[in-house]
Amino acid sequence: MTAEPQFRRLVHFVSPADRGFATVVYAGSILFALLIIALFIMLVLGSWPSIVKFGPSFIWKSEWDPITSKFGALPMIYGTVATSFIAIALAAFVGIMAAVFLADFAPRWFATPLSFLIELLAAVPSVVYGLWGLFVLAPFVRTAIGPALQHVFGWLPIFAGPIYGVGLLTGGIILALMIVPTVTAISRDVIAAIPRDLREASASLGTTKWETATRVVLPAARVGIFGACVLALGRALGETIAVTMVIGNRPEISASLFAPSYTLASVIANEFTEATSSIYISALIELGLILFVVSMVVNALARLMIWSVRGSRA
Amino acid sequence: MTTLNGTRERRISKRDRSLGSRRLFASLGAALTLACAILAAASLLAILGYVVVQGIGAINWSFLTQLPAPVGVTGGGVGNGLLGMAIIIGIATAMAVPVGLLTGIYLALFGRGAIPEALRFLSDVLSGVPSIAIGLFAYAILVAPLKHFSGISASFAFMMLMLPLLVRTSEQAIRSVPQTVREGALALGMSNFRATMQIVIPTAMPAIITALLLAIARVTGETAPLLFTAFGSQFWETNPNNPMAVLALQVFNYAISPYPNWQAQAWGGALLLIVAVFILSLGARLMLRRAMRGLEA
Amino acid sequence: MLRSLVRRFGALAIVAAITVPAAAATQLTGAGATFDYPFFSKAFYIYTQKNPDVTVNYQSIGSGGGIAQFIAKTVDFAASDVPMNAGELARAGEPVLQFPVTLGGVAIAYNIPGVTATLRLTRQVVADIYLGKILKWNDPQIVRLNKGVNLPDMPIVVVHRSDGSGTTYIFTDFLSHVSPEWKSKVGAGKSVSWPAPSAVGAKGNEGVAGQVRSTPGAIGYVELAYVVENHMSAAMLQNKAGKWLASSPDTIAAAAATKPEVSPTNFSIVDAAGASSWPISGFSWVLVYKKPGDPGRAKLVYNVLAWLIGPEGQSNAKSVDYVPLPSNIQSSSLATLKQMQH
Repeated sequence: MTAEPQFRRLVHFVSPADRGFATVVYAGSILFALLIIALFIMLVLGSWPSIVKFGPSFIWKSEWDPITSKFGALPMIYGTVATSFIAIALAAFVGIMAAVFLADFAPRWFATPLSFLIELLAAVPSVVYGLWGLFVLAPFVRTAIGPALQHVFGWLPIFAGPIYGVGLLTGGIILALMIVPTVTAISRDVIAAIPRDLREASASLGTTKWETATRVVLPAARVGIFGACVLALGRALGETIAVTMVIGNRPEISASLFAPSYTLASVIANEFTEATSSIYISALIELGLILFVVSMVVNALARLMIWSVRGSRA
Repeated sequence: MTTLNGTRERRISKRDRSLGSRRLFASLGAALTLACAILAAASLLAILGYVVVQGIGAINWSFLTQLPAPVGVTGGGVGNGLLGMAIIIGIATAMAVPVGLLTGIYLALFGRGAIPEALRFLSDVLSGVPSIAIGLFAYAILVAPLKHFSGISASFAFMMLMLPLLVRTSEQAIRSVPQTVREGALALGMSNFRATMQIVIPTAMPAIITALLLAIARVTGETAPLLFTAFGSQFWETNPNNPMAVLALQVFNYAISPYPNWQAQAWGGALLLIVAVFILSLGARLMLRRAMRGLEA
Repeated sequence: MLRSLVRRFGALAIVAAITVPAAAATQLTGAGATFDYPFFSKAFYIYTQKNPDVTVNYQSIGSGGGIAQFIAKTVDFAASDVPMNAGELARAGEPVLQFPVTLGGVAIAYNIPGVTATLRLTRQVVADIYLGKILKWNDPQIVRLNKGVNLPDMPIVVVHRSDGSGTTYIFTDFLSHVSPEWKSKVGAGKSVSWPAPSAVGAKGNEGVAGQVRSTPGAIGYVELAYVVENHMSAAMLQNKAGKWLASSPDTIAAAAATKPEVSPTNFSIVDAAGASSWPISGFSWVLVYKKPGDPGRAKLVYNVLAWLIGPEGQSNAKSVDYVPLPSNIQSSSLATLKQMQH
């Protein structure tokens, strides 16, 4: 980070190759930005009829009735945010701890195959996660995890109510499984890249390995780990097929984590291929637009959080 | 409390623990990290085990090389899906790596400022867009105007899915190359271009490869964007300008069917997807190790 | 040098071997309903064996997707669970021919621990369960119909489709016919707002079947093929004529036979009269343009579709748990298809 100011001075070009290089770099970045902006424009154009018809009430209405063409997105926004929050909370903790293990604690012969194994989780297709979730995880939640949580914490409204197996919690767990490889793999690389001098300096002060990891290395790797979590969170927000198979698909807001719920991406995946009226299609694209905006808001909030903690931009 | 000469002495705070308890915490902490790593790996083994049990029976040579057969006709396979997947992901990688790497270089070189910050923000937002919306975008750009489905439109959609990972990680990887390495190269009189291409990027390569592998792993399992782009096919197709079969799509279609024969093939296909990514990962890492050894030599 | 030449030509030869056969045949494309997919895959495979110069690539991207591609003219024909309505026909801009190509039925699957006998339900009871008015398996209305069966004091978990589907359309059409309350409160459609308090949505027939199989106390509606292939328990229903029936290809065909004429505006065969009619049945449709753009292809498309709705094509249905069209519907479909310019 302290290198930046020095570096800017060095980025003055000493040769024609450099100028060509700069042009190519600029071109790539501009193309990147244009693609995303074009995507946003397409979403807006597609949802325009729905925006015009329903206005802002689309966001706070709770009814989703394709027959009478009454559409309201609030329960889905809630479901998306809630499942993603559960997912990132679980995945960040497990993932970062696992990354610390793989980078600093594990012997080489153990760390390499274990890293591989965890990265392979990323290759499991979404529909397989969904089927496994439906046939293995949901019954497990219904018969084991759910009753256990309800036994201890049943007085809390979030753990009350009937346990179907499918629901908000199961959706969050399956998402967590899907994003853990991203968090772990990237965090591991970031932590491994922290220069050894830092660790050695800490050790020379008499700290234990754990203290070095948590008080020296992790804070130094903070920015990269944050980036990993943001990427993982993005995946969680947009995941469709796996979630829709275990979330219960009920457009209702409920206090309990065991209740069936619905996410923005699930609705689109469920209904888009069969929607035939133009207002219906437009409403579904508007859900995609809302998801885009939710992603923007979550990212902006996360940046603000980091900014206020560090006193400078991430 | 005040000492004899009036200075204030700090009371030994509760946090200054004895060496013994610090060691205990260290052991507990290490055990916690191990537990988390095991938890993550065990979940994979649970899922992988399930897929293997369900799907291993379907895997044989004809499964890998034949075209799909309809229900009731024995045999048949996912050969065209494997080929289509390889072609589409190959093209997607060829499209995503330049754009992603160049943007990462830009962000690493021109770190501070409104525009780089905006680019990072856009990248993070893109990672949250559902794949079906990206499929629609690819449809609007490459299918509807040309009036036919194609493998290229699927590659375009996959490229969009791969970009955030590549951009973020290549920036991070390039930034973590020690300043000394970069300065050394520049001190030798290299232009920035050469310094970046020949020294900095190769040093950052392992992390970039990890990101690329993660990105490829991510898109191998994606189905939703394929519905409106590659479309699918029961036949061999090598021309990316035509509709193509893709393994993930075949897995999806078979998995949601009622026939045990097709369902077994769905699980077999899922197992193939995981194995394909595994082989790719292994191969890439081995190649990298050999290249690194060459550099050090 | 020679070796590299051989390598290069060898690669070319392999590529040619793969692509040439495909290039020789004309590939027709169709898109639409997932419902027809197994039937089409079998039938078109047989067709290509008899006519090797034509291959048909049908992909099940959903009825909505099929209609959208049909309107965008990126496919030769489309398949849909429900015919295009006036608005969609207007978007197509030119005359469209629509005709049924196969039949399907919906079964009521359930999972009640300890109950092995076949459950009996009236049409009204099914509607009340899905309305949320009957909440437990030992409700007197269910007990009354199943004397001798030990129904537990267990809440009913109502499973429905979360994705838009023709199966839902047929089922809700049926519910609207048998329950005025359902008709006014919910209505019929591919995707509806489900009123039962314990309702859970599952994706696809496979999802509903899986959900029912793994949830004690669940009830769900699925396509007949899923019940048959997965050996699930399916309820017997009392049809309009008062007879107790199980869902099967024969009872579904009997329901279709009660309607002599079917048209895109009048096609419902749910709750049909007749002693052996299964009350939850429906047609699946194919759409083509009356005047397709490419006359060469039009001839090929006509031949395939005419074969499909003829006795030979229909004979493939039973082997995949689908129901062949009754002969009067075969004739009327053919008559509609003949209007196509080829």
